[in-house]
Amino acid sequence: MASSEEDGTVEEKENNNKKRTKSALVTAWLTFYNIAMTAGWLVLAITMMRFYIQRGTHKGLYRSIARTLKFFQTFALVEVGHCAIGIVKTSVIVNGVQVCSRIFMVWFVTNSIRQISTCIICQKIQNEESVILFLVVWTVMEISRYSYYTFSLLHHLPYFIKWARYNFFIVLYPLGVAGELLTIYAALPFVRRSGMYSMRLPNKYNVSFDYYYCLIIVMLSYIPLFPQLYLHMLRQRRRVLHGEVIVEKDE
Amino acid sequence: MSRISVVFFEVEILDAKTKDKLCFLDKVEPNATIGEIKSMFHKSHPQWYPARQSIRLDPKGKSLKDEDVLQHLPVGTTATFYFRDLGAQISWVTVFLTEYTGPLVIYLMFYFRVPFIYASKYDFTTSKHWVVHLACMCHSFHYVKRLLETLFVHRFSHGTMPLRNIFKNCTYYWGFAAWMAYYINHPLYTPPIYGEQQIRLALIIFLFCQIGNFSIHIALRNLRPPGSKTRKIPYPTKNPFTWIFLLVSCPNYTYELGSWLGFTLMTQCLPVAFFTLVGFVQMTVWAKGKHRSYLKEFRDYPPLRSPILPFIL
Repeated sequence: MASSEEDGTVEEKENNNKKRTKSALVTAWLTFYNIAMTAGWLVLAITMMRFYIQRGTHKGLYRSIARTLKFFQTFALVEVGHCAIGIVKTSVIVNGVQVCSRIFMVWFVTNSIRQISTCIICQKIQNEESVILFLVVWTVMEISRYSYYTFSLLHHLPYFIKWARYNFFIVLYPLGVAGELLTIYAALPFVRRSGMYSMRLPNKYNVSFDYYYCLIIVMLSYIPLFPQLYLHMLRQRRRVLHGEVIVEKDE
Repeated sequence: MSRISVVFFEVEILDAKTKDKLCFLDKVEPNATIGEIKSMFHKSHPQWYPARQSIRLDPKGKSLKDEDVLQHLPVGTTATFYFRDLGAQISWVTVFLTEYTGPLVIYLMFYFRVPFIYASKYDFTTSKHWVVHLACMCHSFHYVKRLLETLFVHRFSHGTMPLRNIFKNCTYYWGFAAWMAYYINHPLYTPPIYGEQQIRLALIIFLFCQIGNFSIHIALRNLRPPGSKTRKIPYPTKNPFTWIFLLVSCPNYTYELGSWLGFTLMTQCLPVAFFTLVGFVQMTVWAKGKHRSYLKEFRDYPPLRSPILPFIL
């Protein structure tokens, strides 16, 4: 009957409207998120540069930006949620591995082992430098990445941002990995000496955990994981910049 | 005299990815099964034994079953099938036997404190805690039971699985067995806080669930006549341990969870708790899948049943 047909189309229109508002909301949230993260990492970059220009040294730099860094890097966990719900098309695992390794560095290596980041009288000055290395790498990468997402969502993507996002990593990824690995390596003697995060027998849970060996395993895990991430980015680069269609190996 | 003319089929098999013509079979009986076609294909390509062949109507479609009959498929008298290599296959029985023998042997190595595991002064000594001996008996009993069930009780619906699964599965079972056994049999092991009470309760739970698990396996075996691949809804039998079928689709997993909870309580060992948790997650995934396929296949499936935990999951 005519009236039920009308009801049907009204319902359909309502559903379409709901879908449209939902995707508008999603786009609005993603745009806000990416603008906020770009701003955050810009603030970090500027603070780091000001510190170095004013003090002329990188000692104490980490401590000055530690809280901001922790906030923005931890907030990136939200992105894993984006992938899981499906509003962002990256795979949860790829994103998850990247975010986890960042959070691990920030909270479980550089955070806990203050000696490395604030050491003034220190025989191994290279400890500090490795921290600065990965900080600079992360900052440049994240600014180019988040601004890329922001401009893509706004449908006004300047080519140099796309170029930056898909070319900087070629040099920066290995440099960042070097900085991270050197920092973990420098942390090892402090971990051994202090026995931090470790649990020994006997105890009522009948388990033991040695953070020292855990860190060594983390370092070794870079060997299989880093090439995969790097190759993944290279494939993305070929696809985005040169329009090549990559045939993935299917299961 | 009337002539009964049989329409023979022609079968061509193409590679699903490259679309190359791999095989052409003529004069195929209309009532030939996919299984028989696979055997014929195997003759022309001896490196692809039937178990590793996936034959489908559409390059990206689902695999056809071995029992499907040629003339009942939506094909003309010249049937085109697409072939995909499933990779090296290994029989389920082989995988089960390997993955269960490992934990049995590995645990005993830790129990007897074989050299190079603990400090050398402990080599070949035994623990002074009687719960450690009990735990060894329970763990060994569990895996011996599994081995015997694999050999004499289970009826497998699939013959084979991909070869790489054996490495994945063995790493899981053997790795966890070593991790658990290391702490339980350690010279510095701490027995359960609540002592005998805790151990006794744990043992009762463990044995109850082992018997339950075995009863379910027997009940499932009896559902299926030997050599067949039929599927039926399992129902409670005279054995009280099977009455749980009223509430649960996959009570074998429920009882398995119970056994490991018992073992965790008995040993009070965090790695065991972790193993129980991981196993529970995996079994829940399997139970939900099985429950869903029961619901799809049987219209009259009892609505009261949950996949693995009564009323909860």
